[in-house]
Amino acid sequence: MSNNTTQQFLEEQVQDALENEQALNIQGFGSKRFYGNTSIDGKTLDTSIHSGIVTYVPSELCITVKAGTPLKELEAALEKNNQILPFEPPHFGENSSIGGIIATGMSGPRRAYSGSVRDAILGVKIINGFGKTVSFGGQVMKNVAGYDVSRLLVGSLGTLGVILELSIRVIPKPEVEKTVILPSNQSDAIKYFNSIRKAGLPISATCHVDEEVHIRLAGSNTHINHLIEKKHWHCMDGADAFWESIRNQTHTFFSDSDKPLWRMSVAAASSPSVQLDNHQLVEWGGALRWIKSKSPPNVIQGVAKKRDGEAILFNGEMAGVDAFPSPEKIMFELHERLKRKLDPKGIFNPDRMYKGL
Amino acid sequence: MPSSDQTITTIIATLGEFLSSDQLLTSEEELRPYECDGLSAYKRVPLAVTLPNTIEEVQKIMRICSARNIPVVARGAGTGLSGGALPDENGIILGLSRFNQILEIDEENQLARVQPGVRNLAISQAAAPYELFYAPDPSSQIACSIGGNVAENSGGVHSLKYGLTVHNVHAITIITSDGDLVTMGSAALDRAGYDLLGLMTGSEGMLGIIVEIVVRLLPKPKETVVLLAAFNSNSEAASAVAAIIGAGIIPAGLEMMDKLSIQAAEDFAHAGYPTDAEAILLCELDGSSIQVVEEKDRVTELFKSHNATSVQTATTAEEQARLWAGRKSAFPAVGRISPDYYCMDGTIPRMELPAVLDKISDLSTIYDLRVANVFHAGDGNLHPLILYDANNPGEFDRAEEFGSEILKTCVDAGGTITGEHGVGSEKIDQMCYQFSDDELEFFHAIKDAFDPKGYLNPGKAVPTLHRCAELGQMHVHNGELPHPDIPRF
Repeated sequence: MSNNTTQQFLEEQVQDALENEQALNIQGFGSKRFYGNTSIDGKTLDTSIHSGIVTYVPSELCITVKAGTPLKELEAALEKNNQILPFEPPHFGENSSIGGIIATGMSGPRRAYSGSVRDAILGVKIINGFGKTVSFGGQVMKNVAGYDVSRLLVGSLGTLGVILELSIRVIPKPEVEKTVILPSNQSDAIKYFNSIRKAGLPISATCHVDEEVHIRLAGSNTHINHLIEKKHWHCMDGADAFWESIRNQTHTFFSDSDKPLWRMSVAAASSPSVQLDNHQLVEWGGALRWIKSKSPPNVIQGVAKKRDGEAILFNGEMAGVDAFPSPEKIMFELHERLKRKLDPKGIFNPDRMYKGL
Repeated sequence: MPSSDQTITTIIATLGEFLSSDQLLTSEEELRPYECDGLSAYKRVPLAVTLPNTIEEVQKIMRICSARNIPVVARGAGTGLSGGALPDENGIILGLSRFNQILEIDEENQLARVQPGVRNLAISQAAAPYELFYAPDPSSQIACSIGGNVAENSGGVHSLKYGLTVHNVHAITIITSDGDLVTMGSAALDRAGYDLLGLMTGSEGMLGIIVEIVVRLLPKPKETVVLLAAFNSNSEAASAVAAIIGAGIIPAGLEMMDKLSIQAAEDFAHAGYPTDAEAILLCELDGSSIQVVEEKDRVTELFKSHNATSVQTATTAEEQARLWAGRKSAFPAVGRISPDYYCMDGTIPRMELPAVLDKISDLSTIYDLRVANVFHAGDGNLHPLILYDANNPGEFDRAEEFGSEILKTCVDAGGTITGEHGVGSEKIDQMCYQFSDDELEFFHAIKDAFDPKGYLNPGKAVPTLHRCAELGQMHVHNGELPHPDIPRF
């Protein structure tokens, strides 16, 4: 199908769903199907058919793509021009679409240093809850006309509309990236992250796992080599493969037990939370902590809350436990009111984010 | 809905039950200072001005106004340039100037918890002892308040590298239209659920009242260099901009000024600008010493290969301050060469810079009004200053029409009608040009979800479909417009 036809085809399916009040389960390649509440009803709406780069002028630092575009294809196009996505999104599978990254809001190792998906989004085109195609934002970084709908769509898990197209800010690829490793326990690692954050070093990723701190430095060859020499740091071999395994969760930390995987997003400098399970993986300078644990959800949430954050059940099943913690009452009401106004028939991915939404 | 005298008296009496006389202003001379914000061409006097001291007082004010459907217009320092804080004649101003405390500097997490009335620059000053700073720096940063910055999603000279307000805010606490208190975001980098923090940022006081903010602080860069390059044409300067970005360099700031603004700024600030140049670029690079030196050499080379007639390099703080002084005083400097000026704020893709500058120059001839261009070239954010004299009958209307044509040119070039100043009252009609009816309805649906009664800053930011329809009709009947002699295209 040509692109006009695929858009039309998706519009027709949304219009049919509206007419029949039939819930839709929006899906690209299904690589992030595990995320959020998974047992949801709905007729599958396949967005992977709507694919391709719309415009890309490298000196504009922006790329506009259709939502079904495979991440691999998008990243290959950027690579040719020495550019990258600032948020280094996880693929989680052979095929994954950029639309799925926007809908889940998932960012990878680089996020704490060059921004998240929501920081990079510049514009979206969506089919709304009335079956109409509408566009917001654009291809320029500074744009304050109207409410920031593009950011609202990031991480909304397809509950507010079908994403058709999006414009994303891209950044120059660093001339060189080198990773250094130092032995450390988690508690010292967090202190160390605090000190290097303050020093303003040219860091593009951090990770603590298996009693080692990994720091990825990014910049010009001269600059990075000078820094490594000055600090007497030890460079890691096979760093690309290591970061790839963190980004896509193929590292043994993620695969070597059947315990559910919790994702704790907390204040970066907050104290370690080893009481839950001392086998943890820390990223983002301490702000992201992965924990494999069978501890009761309320205990995990309590630990996260104490560190001004929250925990989500990222991957794995626990009977009767929702993926995301329930927001406080007024916050949930705002979610409900928005959902009701923007998707009055409730056809887009019902329950995927919160039960009853 | 015009309020009867009796209703007004009742409301003021109800507010007076918990607000002292210096917190509730009602007399003509007390209200006058609040009749406009930084866009002084638009003026209205509100029924009353309230200056609460506590969150509880804000909640009470909101509940009283919600119950009686009295428009509430939030206001910080009143430096906004789009009439976002323009009062409603039938409503009150909710002034947040007394929320002026920096509550906490969290050195380890590099965060500052502040009240909305705190001045932008005061945050960086408070963070300075920790070698940290708050990055977004709108040109009004000495005076503007952080609450207003969040409400408008303010930018500044350094947003090319450090982002806009939305990229530098971790959390906000707001009072909803029902008077409830809710916090969006946290010290963490993200949370599950809708990005209501992102939605509130730049919502121009339409969705809730911000009463507390947590902003991100950054380590101060070790080294800074400022380069000034002169060019014989706008288009050569514009292509140098594209070349720098294309080479993978993201300067902290990359500003452009055209001949008229160079001359005005030089007369005013004596910054040592080359007054014979058609255009200049100011480029600030920051980071570690090695990186800055490397980038400085590459940028200098790029300037030269794009026919720069001269390149100055400022390495000391004093020299840098001198070069920036001209740019930072450009608006008042232009104010000296014209009785009045009208500042526009469109954004365009960088590659459209030469074509759009040419179009603005053509429009300047057609409307017979001079225009000075001072802008954030790095991110395509234009600030054409239209020079006019309000004492000449019809000249302000002509300036407004000229401005409107510039904004349409920006939209046609794939850009937007406002990059950082907001829509407010000023650009409400141009919203009809940028957005379709379905898109405007989407905005209204968001407004309805947050403020079902529509009493928060009514009539701003998003036009009604009715207004756009009437405007469309007006454009069809060209002859009925104020200046039928001016060609339109």
